[in-house]
Amino acid sequence: MAMTITEKILAKAAGKKNVEPGVNVWLDVDVLMTHDVCGPPTIDIWKREFGGQAKIWDKDKLVIFPDHYIFTKNPQANRNVEILREFANEFGIQNYYDVGTDRYKGVCHIALAEEGFDLPGTVLFGTDSHTCTSGAFGMFSTGVGNTDAAFILGTGKIWEKIPESLKFTFDGELPPYLTAKDLILKVLGEITTDGGTYRALEFDGDAVFSLSMDERMTLTNMAIEAGAMNGIIAADAVTETYVKQRTKKPYEIFHSDQDANYIAKYRFDASKMEPSVAKPHSPDNYDIVRNVKGTKLTKSYIGSCTGGKLSDFVAAAKILFGNKTAVPTFIVPASTLIAQQLEEETISGVSLKQIFENAGCVVAQSSCAACLGGPMDTIGRAVDGETIISTTNRNFPGRMGSKKSAVYLASPLTVAASALTGVITDPRDFL
Amino acid sequence: MEKIVKGNAFVLGNNVDTDQIIPAEHLVYSLSDPEEKKKYGHFALSSVPISQSGLPNGGIPFITGENYTSEFNILIGGANFGCGSSREHAPFALQVAGVKAIIAESYARIFYRNCVDGGFLLPYETPIKLSEKIKTGDELELNVEMNSLKNITTGEIFSLRSLGDILPIIEAGDIFKYARQSGMLA
Ligand code: SF4
Repeated sequence: MAMTITEKILAKAAGKKNVEPGVNVWLDVDVLMTHDVCGPPTIDIWKREFGGQAKIWDKDKLVIFPDHYIFTKNPQANRNVEILREFANEFGIQNYYDVGTDRYKGVCHIALAEEGFDLPGTVLFGTDSHTCTSGAFGMFSTGVGNTDAAFILGTGKIWEKIPESLKFTFDGELPPYLTAKDLILKVLGEITTDGGTYRALEFDGDAVFSLSMDERMTLTNMAIEAGAMNGIIAADAVTETYVKQRTKKPYEIFHSDQDANYIAKYRFDASKMEPSVAKPHSPDNYDIVRNVKGTKLTKSYIGSCTGGKLSDFVAAAKILFGNKTAVPTFIVPASTLIAQQLEEETISGVSLKQIFENAGCVVAQSSCAACLGGPMDTIGRAVDGETIISTTNRNFPGRMGSKKSAVYLASPLTVAASALTGVITDPRDFL
Repeated sequence: MEKIVKGNAFVLGNNVDTDQIIPAEHLVYSLSDPEEKKKYGHFALSSVPISQSGLPNGGIPFITGENYTSEFNILIGGANFGCGSSREHAPFALQVAGVKAIIAESYARIFYRNCVDGGFLLPYETPIKLSEKIKTGDELELNVEMNSLKNITTGEIFSLRSLGDILPIIEAGDIFKYARQSGMLA
């Protein structure tokens, strides 16, 4: 029977030869990831249900990243991290990356990749909707609620309904003024925020396989914005090189069969696409930059798991180099490794960090920061009346901190170009 | 668990979100206090636009007067049932209102999981647009063993997608009870 890559991985994890969309199966989970927002309630449910004798199914497969509400004075936020710390101590969790130590990593989805937990052919569940990011590695990854996470914590198993698949093929060559963010915003405009409901989004085509792992993660990260269960890109030599530099753990590469079943297939010519935005207040509110150029801004923001990777900062630095920003601009590296790379990577001998500081940007510490608003003292948080352009993934009302602000989502190139002019600007004006 | 679920149909459209199922303002009631939790039933489906409430004609409230249970106990839905915020109160509210099963074309994933793992309702899927074949108030008989639905009012029989590996969870009560019974937990 012909199967998609998602079906093959799930069949393997279910110990079956074949699986079909719509069927519920039990899976063996390879990794469970949680963070400071959903970790504490997950631990509570696990203790309640499994009692004083509660055991973790496999300590090495549990990964915990405090990342959401980190650099804040908010007592509840800090208590949550304290709960994680005590839990990690009590149960001897090796894969706990504590704040305030040199083990601290930052945003979970990026840290999973950097630390070698993203492995082709494996199955990862996380208590975060953007867990789908890891699908960039040719693996199955998806988000679950706290009850399901507590169940996995105790058993290492979970059921899942095999999703139908949608295929998005990007042919041609990606022009220098476009990034993966432009591609995924286009997809969201096409299929809308429920077009992927309970489905797998598979990305394919020359333009996709020409992308770095950073950029591939931008595509899979926003699968959830279409309501999808997972996003996935088959692993290739680029994936293998990335993985082998980080871990010796085994993995298995799967490909979709030629005649696998898709409920719909979309094809785009990447070379003919335009810089894109999602207008307020929904990620599927698609438009091309040219149609909204000139919109006045109060702030620009480059950060998060989808828009705060090294490739995003390299793109932004190309435009910001030697220029001054016209509106407050925040640079939030997703991980501490990326923060370090900002100091090491250079353009014409100047480090990225220096380029940003020379342009007048604020370079912040690694965490989720204002991507989801966060406590009042969060850096870059939206305030009433603002119009922001951002490389993040959600622009629902209030997402970045104020219900009375408007957020445009765009590529790091478009955000950087707009930061220089103070109005939404096509990056081609600076390239 | 009953193998045959009999009841009256309440037909809804596409994209019934969790705010329509139980509006956010009502999430304050206790989930365990028996008196207070009745309110979840009373407000179940209270934000469905009245024109969409009880199709094909609409205009039929799911709950009448001061009641907290409904005279309808099998929901027929369209696509993307349970979308929106992932609150676990949504399937709970429907359960309190007396709903035993939902038969929809598709579900938002978290809502579907919550129905099963919390042991609230049977979430069946159908490839057929049942909202065009069944009217609110029709008498239905759901056969869990046969995965079929009979419209007693019209005599039509529809086959449904099997629940697969999750049926035992529903039979056990919830996902934790299932794990203990099946020896998944030592
Ligand atoms: S960076 Fe934003 S989207 Fe990513 S995990 Fe943090 S809050 Fe979620």
